[in-house]
Amino acid sequence: MIHLQNIRKVFNAGRPNEFVAIEGVTLAIDSQGATALKGPSGSGKTTLLSILGCMARPTAGRITLQEREITSLPERFLTEIRRETFGFIFQQFNLIKGITALENVMLPAYPNGENYVSLKKRAMELLDLLNIGGKATSKVEWLSGGEAQRTAIARALINNPAIIIADEPTAHLDTRLSAEFMEIMRQLKQEGKTILIASHDPIVYESDVIDRIVEMRDGRIVSSGDVP
Amino acid sequence: MRALEKQRNILDFTLSSLGRRKGKNIALVLVYTFVIFLLASVLFFSHSLKKEAALILQDAPAMTVQKLVAGRQDLIPTHYIDSIRQIKGVQSVAPRLWGYYYDALSGANYTLMVNADLNDRAGEIVIGNGVSWRSAAGKRNQPLRKNEIIPFKTYDGSALSLKVSGLLPFASELVTADLILVSETDFRKIFSIATGQATDLVLQVRNAKELPVIATKITQIHPDTRPILREEILRTYDAVFDWRSGVIIMVLAGVFLAFIILAWDKATGLSAEEKREIGILKATGWETTDILLMKFWEGAAVSLMAFFMGIFLAYLHIFLASSILFAPVLKGWSVLYPHFRLTPYISGYQIATLFFLTVIPYTVATIVPSWRSATIDPDSVMRM
Repeated sequence: MIHLQNIRKVFNAGRPNEFVAIEGVTLAIDSQGATALKGPSGSGKTTLLSILGCMARPTAGRITLQEREITSLPERFLTEIRRETFGFIFQQFNLIKGITALENVMLPAYPNGENYVSLKKRAMELLDLLNIGGKATSKVEWLSGGEAQRTAIARALINNPAIIIADEPTAHLDTRLSAEFMEIMRQLKQEGKTILIASHDPIVYESDVIDRIVEMRDGRIVSSGDVP
Repeated sequence: MRALEKQRNILDFTLSSLGRRKGKNIALVLVYTFVIFLLASVLFFSHSLKKEAALILQDAPAMTVQKLVAGRQDLIPTHYIDSIRQIKGVQSVAPRLWGYYYDALSGANYTLMVNADLNDRAGEIVIGNGVSWRSAAGKRNQPLRKNEIIPFKTYDGSALSLKVSGLLPFASELVTADLILVSETDFRKIFSIATGQATDLVLQVRNAKELPVIATKITQIHPDTRPILREEILRTYDAVFDWRSGVIIMVLAGVFLAFIILAWDKATGLSAEEKREIGILKATGWETTDILLMKFWEGAAVSLMAFFMGIFLAYLHIFLASSILFAPVLKGWSVLYPHFRLTPYISGYQIATLFFLTVIPYTVATIVPSWRSATIDPDSVMRM
């Protein structure tokens, strides 16, 4: 589904603080499976996720998504691909404060021009599915960690993406909520979604939801293999 | 249809975003409204005054002829009328008697003018609204009414009591506030002006284009006269009111400058929270143009709200509240301030000028910093 070929990502290129985040990464992600990117802080997991999710461009290398070369696409097309293909769950949830959980879920779909009433209905269905329909009209700052996480998941699903990308999703959750999160990922995988999670939390990479673990260190892939 | 829905969704989000930063936005709208209110008030007021003056002068004579002695206006002999009437194009010439009367009791200057309608009703006067309130006999917190008496002191110190037989219409108060209409006999008694002399002469002509030629001929026949054209009076009024609005605008310049600094600061400085939100929106699939569209709606909503509120308040201030803030400067410095309501005259040109000087720059100022933030890589949000 996604193929990375010899990807290199350099920050602050040519400056004294130049930093190589990713070096020579070649990786193929198949559809309908769950992959975990494992590794310590600073190993390049987040950068690799950004590149996989069309949020950042590599300094060198090629990316193909469903047989289509997307490395050199203009920003506008990349945004469109990002919106239609990927759903993001961030470490800090990154919900917009001051508006309701429901509005937060609807946000990524606004540029699609979908009818407001039908969009609201779909967002409500997603919140119900994740058991937080009762909190739809609550402002996000009033939500608990688990509720905020579920809102962020609902937001990631609003455009019905084929791939879910989660960056350290359990970093701010306790064990019970982390396990619940992995349960939701299991359901999404069963529905046919491709899951990509970067985490150094054993609850994630030791979960039976995960099919494949890619281990990273110092910007390189040190091991990659299917979970037995 | 989808494009329309997209606009609607983004506008919807913008409006709820405005509500989230209530304090900042309410303060901004209030200051912005105040500035628009001041600017619009000055524009409406001076424009309406000029228009009012022009309307009143419409019925004024096309030309007035004065006699000058040593560069100052003097009484004009009425026999000049015969020679002026002979000039080709002159329709009619009539003498006018008017002057200023200082009433020591009320401390006010009145304008006394002879009205032909009162010529067979000597002893009667018709007064303006300002006079009725200010007259010595009317110091009872209520205006003078019909049949009451105003005492006048004539040139030799003797008293002459004149009876009020009517009041001038309220609508023309701008020029009639201090006016008293008297009969010719009483006027000549008060000021000791001999028969055969008048304050000035007024002319009507058949063709307005001939006015300059007729004026030249009058000065040739009577070199001691000065013809004044109606257009010249209008021009003077315009210049006076323009000058006065200029003075007000200069005085308010400090306020405008303070607003520009505030607006620039509020509009251009994106808070860390706003930058974070732009990052989130980009990461979740908003394009740079969507974010700029959102910021455009935000700027437009703030400035349009302030614009319409400012215009509305200025309208109330000028046309319903008798321009209480500016009246002393813009109307003049007479003892008798006319208390009148201006007829509303608003030109599209004024509104458009105000719009392009306020709404457009503000809206643009809100887009520029957002453009800078909106073009950052969306992955920055992953590292927050």
